[in-house]
Amino acid sequence: MQHVPDITVPAIDVEKIRKDFPLLQEKVYGLPLVYLDNAATTQKPQIVLDTLMHYYIHLNSNVHRGVHHLSQEATAAYEDSRKTVASFLNARKSEEIIFTKGTTDSINLVAYSFGRGEIKPGDVVLVSAMEHHSNIVPWQMMCEDRGAELKVIPMDENGELIMSAFTELLTDKVKIIALTYVSNSLGTVNPVRDIIAQAHARNIPVLLDAAQAVQHMPVDVQELDVDFLVFSGHKIYGPTGTGVLYGKEEWLDRLPPYQGGGDMIKTVTFAKTIYNVLPYKFEAGTPDISGAIALAAAIKYVQQIGVENIQAWEEQLVEYAAQQLQQIEGLRFIGNAKHRSGAISFLVDDIHPYDLGELLDKQGIAIRTGHHCAEPVMGFFCIPGTVRASFAMYTTFEDIDRLVAGIKKAAAMLR
Amino acid sequence: MTIKEKQDELISDFSFLENWMDKYEHIIQLGKELPLIDEKYKTPDHLIKGCQSQVWLHTDMQDGKLIFTADSDAVITKGLVSLMITVFSGHTPKEIAESEIYFIDAIGLSSHLSPTRSNGLLSMLKQVKLYAIAYEAKSQSQKNGKEL
Repeated sequence: MQHVPDITVPAIDVEKIRKDFPLLQEKVYGLPLVYLDNAATTQKPQIVLDTLMHYYIHLNSNVHRGVHHLSQEATAAYEDSRKTVASFLNARKSEEIIFTKGTTDSINLVAYSFGRGEIKPGDVVLVSAMEHHSNIVPWQMMCEDRGAELKVIPMDENGELIMSAFTELLTDKVKIIALTYVSNSLGTVNPVRDIIAQAHARNIPVLLDAAQAVQHMPVDVQELDVDFLVFSGHKIYGPTGTGVLYGKEEWLDRLPPYQGGGDMIKTVTFAKTIYNVLPYKFEAGTPDISGAIALAAAIKYVQQIGVENIQAWEEQLVEYAAQQLQQIEGLRFIGNAKHRSGAISFLVDDIHPYDLGELLDKQGIAIRTGHHCAEPVMGFFCIPGTVRASFAMYTTFEDIDRLVAGIKKAAAMLR
Repeated sequence: MTIKEKQDELISDFSFLENWMDKYEHIIQLGKELPLIDEKYKTPDHLIKGCQSQVWLHTDMQDGKLIFTADSDAVITKGLVSLMITVFSGHTPKEIAESEIYFIDAIGLSSHLSPTRSNGLLSMLKQVKLYAIAYEAKSQSQKNGKEL
């Protein structure tokens, strides 16, 4: 089998990295696993697993309340994790980091609180045509609730946003723009800097769904000047059920709380509750303490390898995969943006994606088929779904070779 | 052949295929050979709910026996539909309604297919039995001289 173009980035030792991920050593159907479903979730390095275990063996205690030693230790570890996330995103303050259950939870929080605090009947919320359902439905619910209107920035057949249409949509009625940084179904990297600049010129805040961005490229919230940015822990090598909301302090201060309960209050009487300060105002109830600490371990692991190095490695993978896949007879890409990251979606002839996915699975290759929680995207391209291969820092050129060989074999059976 | 004999024959056919790629090849072949359904039956009310790929199922009564025709947009699904049709087509509603279906488990389809696919297969089975029960109820009430 033909291999690898010039590897220009020796900074990443993929074989060494792979050894850190126990699950990558597993076999499926007796075959070495080729895991190319990283946009759905990534595997976890040993340090993340060890951190979870260490927490429950040595630190387990509730945070922010106890006077005893363990509670203080747990609180310190939890708050240190917040600092790790803050420095990873280059937030001004760690109070601007809210721990959530994931991207979906973070977006629901902002949609609910922003809706309650800022949206009046007749106002407009802008999303894009390539959003994940989790960046559509919470806004839709809020708009229905507030009598506001959800409008959509259209895209073209390459899967790129039509920027002239975006500019036309920007009216004084628009109160917030919620946009994906990187499309989960198409891999498109959106021109977020341009969008944020145009929005800010009209004092409109922007929320970026960075669920498919933070694990693939450096993200600096100050440099982006973004108002809200959200991501999931489990897509950046951390545990499931963890997530982050970054919000500018002035916005988080201004918005009303999302859920009520313990930890988010300063004083409670039956007459009136005074809410706690940031970040606690938005973290009602006992948080996922072990999850947050393990997420910080995942982020430190990523920082140790270097996001820039990961980006350089993955760019080569995407380029190589696109080049190799293109040579398969009858294969067409769904989404062909000039700037893309992390994932490639495609179809082969009129073969149903489920059929292809199932036969790849039987060859030990994990990819995703279906609508990728982006039904409007599938509707736009008039297809039932796609086959999506998505990459991580531990993906190898051999993985891609096996994918290509697997598709050829499956397609020969299915044609 | 009875429904039971047909199932036993399918189980025996599959037992000769050693690995799962061979079994899939056989299923795909059956899918490709499945007679075409009349296009006029590919409507939403012929769609089976619970299938991730689309499956259209149509039933006809001929000489007291049910004849099934079907189609799908996915060829593996089509092969599975073909297995169903082989087992059930040409039997009376009573035979179908009372049949015990064990070939799906015996072939190993329920454990080897992806969960969405095997759920779809179960939906299809349920639908076939519902059709049979409905026809059976209809013929009973006609026997009793009642209007439906």
